[in-house]
Amino acid sequence: MILPIFFQRNLTVGLKSLWHRRLRSLLTVLGIVFGVASVIAMLAIGEGASYEAQQRIKQMGSLNIIVRSVKPPAKASTSSQNMGAMDKYGLLKSDFSRLQTIPSLSQSAQLRRTRETVWQGEWNFPAQVVSTNPGYFQLVSLSLASGRLFNENDDIYRSNVAVLGAGLAQKLFPLGGGLNGTIRIKRNYYRVIGILSDRSISGGGATVATENVNYEIYIPLSTGLSQFGEFIFKNEGGSTQREWVELHEIVLKASRESDIPATVSLISAEMKRSHKAADYEIMVPLELLKQAEQTKRIFNIVLGSIAAISLLVGGIGIMNIMLASVMERIREIGLRRALGARKRDIVIQFLSEAVILSAIGGAIGVILGIFVPALVTRATGMKTIVTVWSPVLAFAISAAIGVIFGFYPARSAAELDPITALRNE
Amino acid sequence: MSDQNKKIPAIHLEEISRIYQMAAGEVAALDKINLMVEQGEYMAVMGPSGSGKTTLLNLLGCLDQPTAGRYYLGGEDVSALPDDQLSEIRNRKIGFIFQSYNLIPQLTVLENIEVPLFYRNSHDPEGFKRAIRLAEMVGLGSRLDHRPSQLSGGQQQRVAIARSLVNDPLIILADEPTGNLDSITGQEILSVLREMHRQGKTLVVITHDDSVAQHSSRTIHIVDGHIKE
Repeated sequence: MILPIFFQRNLTVGLKSLWHRRLRSLLTVLGIVFGVASVIAMLAIGEGASYEAQQRIKQMGSLNIIVRSVKPPAKASTSSQNMGAMDKYGLLKSDFSRLQTIPSLSQSAQLRRTRETVWQGEWNFPAQVVSTNPGYFQLVSLSLASGRLFNENDDIYRSNVAVLGAGLAQKLFPLGGGLNGTIRIKRNYYRVIGILSDRSISGGGATVATENVNYEIYIPLSTGLSQFGEFIFKNEGGSTQREWVELHEIVLKASRESDIPATVSLISAEMKRSHKAADYEIMVPLELLKQAEQTKRIFNIVLGSIAAISLLVGGIGIMNIMLASVMERIREIGLRRALGARKRDIVIQFLSEAVILSAIGGAIGVILGIFVPALVTRATGMKTIVTVWSPVLAFAISAAIGVIFGFYPARSAAELDPITALRNE
Repeated sequence: MSDQNKKIPAIHLEEISRIYQMAAGEVAALDKINLMVEQGEYMAVMGPSGSGKTTLLNLLGCLDQPTAGRYYLGGEDVSALPDDQLSEIRNRKIGFIFQSYNLIPQLTVLENIEVPLFYRNSHDPEGFKRAIRLAEMVGLGSRLDHRPSQLSGGQQQRVAIARSLVNDPLIILADEPTGNLDSITGQEILSVLREMHRQGKTLVVITHDDSVAQHSSRTIHIVDGHIKE
């Protein structure tokens, strides 16, 4: 009963004397306001950026190891002079069969990618055609919105069936009804047996990376090979160029996370043995994920230091104003002591004022800190995430700063001799 | 019980000394003084500056402690209490009136009167009503929400008087209560003090003004740390 009244009184007394010199209180509080706001805003931006990166990486599958064909740089330069010559590079089907034998793998898929214009009646849209094994969908955890995925039988019988990415389905069948519809690529017709669910990550920056996934069309590997052959024609700078790439991508899934490093070195050794040129690259999403997390940690440390400095400056501001306030109110302190205030009462009085100051600053800072990331998202399309704990933490720190930096002035006020304090002019 | 209380002196000083350590050596501001003030007395303390008046007031007000001797305030030995207990004694038993009023500028008249209630150990639901009644008694019932800066000196001193009474103290100590006032306002304040005396309050007033001393029931003089009645 006594405790709440006691706090309520100190709160009122504190608020009154802060209000009495409100302009100064406001200016003092600004340091904390900006400190807290910048902590929350920077954490939100950092969190948003790393969330995007992580989502992108997770899309590749965290247990997956991806081997990709890369045009070797030496060949790239000569090919432009060697018009009409055939460039043969990249992954081979034999690579796939050999890599598949690595025991620590649980699943695998091979991919060919070609860029084609996909037609539906008069509608057409350029899309990435992915010819792959039925297992691929599971490997990269693509899920269906409607219909079915193609299966082993479709692959064996080279069925003309296709699964569309959500974005592409929207483009080709703007009025809906894409499922079981017919589309055309070059001279071949395909039945749409499935439409994937939307894979876009909310927020502006990420959509670039996921756009591909949403605008891809998937057909069985055997169908793709028979329809498009093994050559790829490219129109580059007015000249037609032929490339021979057997496979664009091999996706291998490790059985366990702990197997990944060993598996990667096995794959790398195996690939080195059969490929003299550097016409492939090995990508490990898990490693990228770890790197992203490491980057985020460093980012957080840097942000934390900046925040700590700005809050420290804010704290010094509070200490400064409280010391000034103690100096100005020496007589008030003497009077309060004469009228029965114990040293502890004086400490609590001035400490309350400091904490009220810093808490008000913290509260304004929290509001600003939540508002600013929203503004950043609006203005730049960058994703920002205000986690629950960051305003809580920032506010707690600001209140703690009030206690820490308010204690010395409060203590020095309480230690004043009441007689000297009363006589002070 | 109240009869017994009457017999206990409000203030009883036994061989009280207050010695200051100075660079030049020891200086005795008060030298083995004995003093008895009965309850309901109105005592004026006079003396030239530097005589030890203020030292005596500080000791009586429990703001300072004697180097030697015993001080019984309402029968309770307060000569060697720890700081927290002295605060409590000041709060419960002593009312202060200062020469320069010492009101807290950011508080209203009523809030200034209530300050001693703030430091009471037990919550006092009657305190607020008493504060209003005291404000009315000193003639400021219509100015409860005014700030000290909006009041004249005499009015400010009336607020201070009301504040000194709010905890119903055993003794009221006034240090040159009319020192900052013109003579007419000073007389008004003195009549308020006289009224308090009539109501049975124990008053100790420090002054160097003879007209103030004339109002009192008893006058003591302090010269060089000794009391002369």
